[in-house]
Amino acid sequence: MIKGEEKMYEVRFHGRGGQGAVTAAHTLAEAAFREDKDVQSFPMFGVERRGAPVAAFARIDEKEIDIKTQIYEPDIVIVLDMSLLDVVDVTDGLKKGGKIILNTAKKPSEFDFDDAEIFTVNATDIAVKNGLGTETNPIVNTAILGAYSRVVGNVSLDNIKKAIENNVPVKHDENKKAAEEAYEDVVGV
Amino acid sequence: MGEQKGLTIQGNMATALGAKLCRPDVIPAYPITPSTLFPEKISEYIADGELDASMIRVESEHSAMSACIGASSIGARTCTASASQGIALMHEMLFIASGMRLPIVMAVGNRALSAPINIWADHQDTIASRDSGWLQFYAEKNQEGLDLMILAFKIAEDERVLLPAMVGIDGFVLTHTVEGVKVPAQEDVDEFLPPYEPPHGKLDPKEPMTFGSLGTPEYYQELKYDQVEAMDKSPEVIDEIFEEFEKEFGREYNRITPYKCDDAEIILLTMGSMTGTARAAVDEMREDGEKVGLAKLTVFRPFPGDLLKEIAGDAKGLAVVDRNISPGFGGAVFAESAGIFINEKKKPLMKNFIVGLGGREIFKKNFKEMYKKTKKSVEKGSVDKMVEWINMDEKVMR
Repeated sequence: MIKGEEKMYEVRFHGRGGQGAVTAAHTLAEAAFREDKDVQSFPMFGVERRGAPVAAFARIDEKEIDIKTQIYEPDIVIVLDMSLLDVVDVTDGLKKGGKIILNTAKKPSEFDFDDAEIFTVNATDIAVKNGLGTETNPIVNTAILGAYSRVVGNVSLDNIKKAIENNVPVKHDENKKAAEEAYEDVVGV
Repeated sequence: MGEQKGLTIQGNMATALGAKLCRPDVIPAYPITPSTLFPEKISEYIADGELDASMIRVESEHSAMSACIGASSIGARTCTASASQGIALMHEMLFIASGMRLPIVMAVGNRALSAPINIWADHQDTIASRDSGWLQFYAEKNQEGLDLMILAFKIAEDERVLLPAMVGIDGFVLTHTVEGVKVPAQEDVDEFLPPYEPPHGKLDPKEPMTFGSLGTPEYYQELKYDQVEAMDKSPEVIDEIFEEFEKEFGREYNRITPYKCDDAEIILLTMGSMTGTARAAVDEMREDGEKVGLAKLTVFRPFPGDLLKEIAGDAKGLAVVDRNISPGFGGAVFAESAGIFINEKKKPLMKNFIVGLGGREIFKKNFKEMYKKTKKSVEKGSVDKMVEWINMDEKVMR
């Protein structure tokens, strides 16, 4: 983002129930709020089931946010779990030239999402290395926020880390380190 | 004045935090979606030693309100939270709370009524209790939810009012949405809202008194008149307390807040969270040169007819947007708005739009459509269809 640019950012997180997509959205909103931005974050309105595909959302703006609808045309899509690509159209409504951040060991060039800019980060690997969950059930929601900070640039890594401390109940240092590593490792920037 | 700490929190937490700052003594509650987080947070505050209060876990909302009535009768500052079917179940007790002049405050996560079962945003639950004698406040955002809890206690407990109050935040759109809020310092709220002392006696075994006894035909009508008069005179108190709040905490509240209404030919009248989206639509239409304004209703009961006349009396058209429906007529806000203009020579042409029932989205384009339809009626000088439903899905209709 160009500094001082007036633009509302709408972000959609795709995950599975229990993976922390909602916490990620809340944490991102809090980090942005720390920079005096106006924010909203919310889950998909309704019920959530463990393991089922879920989405969570965040809005970030320099100005006061008036709009109260859910997010249908995000600027940024974040995919926490690659198995969702088979069941959910993660690009649904994504703005032309929007950004997609994928949790994968693959390179952006291995994907094609039409007009979208693609970024990849092996958040699973980073999470497991930092003792956040297991290979089959990694907790990647904090690592991915580090990648977000680097890719989008409208929320600092420092504030992401501060917000992690407030929103993640355990392993603060490990979660912050995961965010840092993903910030460094994200491919495509 | 103490610093107002910034927090990013869900709407339910904002109302719970607002309640906590008021130091309630008793909180009887029965959890119901979408306001469940309210009693959860309150019990957490008590367990963590942050709030010195009794939480009464009851077996139904009817019991919750019954316990509220008992607690408030002994002079305890009392609050609860509910929604939808829960408010429907406590309907009987709502009238008793107001008839006994008990300043109970209820946080509501506004939600549709069954059937079909639906947990999403809708004002039907509180509108259905319109005639129960409670003051009704509606928030546009979480900050308002928090502030209105504090304001509701202050207004409800004022000796000139002494009526219970509901504070509505829209289900999910606010209850489950995180927004940034500024939290007043405890010492400032303490100063703004001193401890509650019932001015006309309370239940006390040492000084026995009867409350809520039989009101025979010789007394009932006068007692009702007193109660209704307190509601009728409350706008003065509400305005006074809103002003005091603004001085103390720097945030402005009005019974109705006009936006770009001065030269507006057509005004949209909205209530609750939809107001934000309506404002964004008004801004865009203004850029296109349309003379459109917006009036936000924060206080539905008592209905601010005086202010609505001031704001919309000179407009050509008034589009009243209702997230509720009284089957057989139209929306409640519309009915009241039409009613207050009945004896006026100069009044806007009025249309009613029913929107957002059961969590149906209300988009900017929907407000633009309402504006256009109202403008068309104004140009024609008459209204073909008084009540119209907006954002209907033809595929779902038969």
